[in-house]
Amino acid sequence: MIMRLLLSLAAFVLAVPLAAQDSMPPAPYAYRQLDDPAQEAAAQDLMETLRCLKCQSQSIADSDAPMAGDLRHQVRIRIAAGEEPEAIRQWLMQRYGDYVSYKPEVSASTWPLFAIPLLLVLVAGGILVGRLRRRA
Amino acid sequence: MIAEIGHAALWLAAALAALQMLAGFLAVNAGGEGDVARLVRPTAIMQGVLASVAFAMLLWLFATTDLSVKLVAANSHSMKPMIFKLAGAWGNHEGSMLLWVTVMSLAGGLIALVERRLPERTMQATLAAQGLVSLGFYAFLILSSNPFERLPVPAPEGMGLNPLLQDIGLAFHPPTLYIGYVGLSVAFSFAVGALLTRQVTPDFASAMRPWVLGAWVFLTIGITAGSYWAYYELGWGGWWFWDPVENASLMPWLAATALLHSASVLASRDALRIWTIMLGVVAFSMSMVGTFLVRSGILTSVHAFAVDPERGTFILILLALFIGGALLLFALRANTINEGERFAIASREGALVFNNVMLSAILAIVLLGTLYPLLTEAFDVRVSVGPPYFNPVGAIFAVPMFLVMAVGPLLRWRQDRLDRIRPEIALFAAVVIAALIWFGLVMDVAILPLLGLALAVGLGVASFMPLRGRKLTRVPLATWGMVVAHFGIAVALLGMASESAFSEERLAAVQEGGTTTVGPWTITLREVVPVAGPNWTATEAHILASYDGGEPVYLGPQARNFWAPPQETTESALATRWNGQLYAVVGDRAPDGRWQVRLWWKPLVTLIWFGGLLVAVGGVLALLGRVVADLRRRSIARKIVERRSEEEAFARSQAQEASA
Repeated sequence: MIMRLLLSLAAFVLAVPLAAQDSMPPAPYAYRQLDDPAQEAAAQDLMETLRCLKCQSQSIADSDAPMAGDLRHQVRIRIAAGEEPEAIRQWLMQRYGDYVSYKPEVSASTWPLFAIPLLLVLVAGGILVGRLRRRA
Repeated sequence: MIAEIGHAALWLAAALAALQMLAGFLAVNAGGEGDVARLVRPTAIMQGVLASVAFAMLLWLFATTDLSVKLVAANSHSMKPMIFKLAGAWGNHEGSMLLWVTVMSLAGGLIALVERRLPERTMQATLAAQGLVSLGFYAFLILSSNPFERLPVPAPEGMGLNPLLQDIGLAFHPPTLYIGYVGLSVAFSFAVGALLTRQVTPDFASAMRPWVLGAWVFLTIGITAGSYWAYYELGWGGWWFWDPVENASLMPWLAATALLHSASVLASRDALRIWTIMLGVVAFSMSMVGTFLVRSGILTSVHAFAVDPERGTFILILLALFIGGALLLFALRANTINEGERFAIASREGALVFNNVMLSAILAIVLLGTLYPLLTEAFDVRVSVGPPYFNPVGAIFAVPMFLVMAVGPLLRWRQDRLDRIRPEIALFAAVVIAALIWFGLVMDVAILPLLGLALAVGLGVASFMPLRGRKLTRVPLATWGMVVAHFGIAVALLGMASESAFSEERLAAVQEGGTTTVGPWTITLREVVPVAGPNWTATEAHILASYDGGEPVYLGPQARNFWAPPQETTESALATRWNGQLYAVVGDRAPDGRWQVRLWWKPLVTLIWFGGLLVAVGGVLALLGRVVADLRRRSIARKIVERRSEEEAFARSQAQEASA
């Protein structure tokens, strides 16, 4: 619920760029690290594989967009509360769709991404064996 | 008036491109001789001149901020500094496409002017192909993106330029990349020309090689500069995002790298004929795919200025015509071209073929990862493909490639035995394994950066092995080029792996006068002050940073507000040491009065771009070596002709004396 509120606020901020941005401070953990280095490292690893939905090809770990800040805040407080990174990823994917995650996973819509490299290995191997054996 | 001159020059250049194409094809049919054949070279040169005139007129319009021209009004502003007014000429869709055709027709004019090695008929076919490709882009420019269009009523003031683009990096980044992209059109035209006349010879590869080398050097510099620009301008210390726009420049680079090596084999060994032709077609196809991605508005980013689907369709049709046509020609002619000389697995050709296949596979991965999300989006399924995909999948092919790259240059042409170079292989293996143990077991680095570090160290040593036992003063310039470029790859790889393995981050809220640390650095925020520039205001932090308790250095990161158009940007500040960079950014003020500061200590990060520059320097050395060798060959050929005519004259005078 808070998330949704933040999101609608974020949408509002984007619609009215300059004036509103100054008036709304970013969420506390958007620009603050966790005190425990192990937890911060886990959060950082997760953030680097989550997409900033308002940016061009940037993860939430490298964006100034308000939404990326909110997501960083969410990731950090959930990691601090002891949640597993993969559980947080699942939770975000339920809300924003698979699009939010950069982590490659085989599914009905992504299998060619894995099948084609596999095929490439075979084709490359085939070309090399074919070309080089004939020459030997 | 200036705009009209430019517009007219553009039309004339397009007409000449059509003439160049027609005359070229007619001349090829007529066997390369006759009046029509003599028309081809001058037409190509004149076309280059006219396109340059058109581009010069556009620069003039931007320099004087002529607001009656639509493009200037939409992308410039009278208050901008002059360098950004000029850079603004190509910082938009129409202007950058004009730059593209200008470079393309200049390249065509240049080969018409200087290239004399190939049979005249092949040259005419090449120039005809160059004319055809240029004509397509002229049509695109004139029909759907005219840069010289006037406004019915002049605008009172320009709209300005995206502040992210108001950076010295922008002034040089697009032209550099475009010269690289478009330089590959020459390789494409040579390949088509050679296919048409079935003259796939070592001479053809020697004629094509300097162009590929030149284009490749510019692409290398462009990608390196673009990466550094993203690094310091976007404010989060990332230097490569696998963004489609970045991939659009990486793909031609990968293809050009493969083409470069393949053309070398063809030039010196007369092998890999078909493979070289194929790569010549693929390399420029990747340039066009890149242009399509960036220019069609299919992606939405600061690079994708056009959001008009009509343009996208136009480029797509051009792409299909040129790539499809070239591939069709290839399919029809490939079986009539002999494969060329044969060679063993353990030979330099064998290693080059292996790495060419690996480079092509990496290219295929990047193309797949870039296009796949666009494809699924057409079916309303959104998929994210990013670094967690590209890095490991690319590594599957990159790791064997780096291994072969280390030993390949040590092998002899045609046939060799691996046990002849056993000491070198053993040294390379020892260095890699030692690095794996040190970084993996002692420093506990994750798998991908670990592989990167170990291979980089091994490759750094291996890249100098080809010089072993040779007299350094007698090593040809082109060999030095190879050594330097391969070493540059090792250096860049070390930087990438080190950045990813050892970076440290600190996000902190600091009071004025407060202190924080990151890695070995201690940072003091002295004060935060407002500053103003020509078209922006900013808050600037005065930071003193001390490395390991040493003499402090001053850093002044800014958060800038531009007003035309309104936008905020972060200007990072960097402290560079030999062993890395401190990266500082100032953010907003927290409600309690403290300032948000973001700090990174990135060990050896500068090696990424330093390595990229070394690769480019290697390319320049190789290019110089080839050009010098060619000039020497030409002067020797001329002397032989002179000598022979002198001898003949002497023999004649002897004969006359004898008969007298």
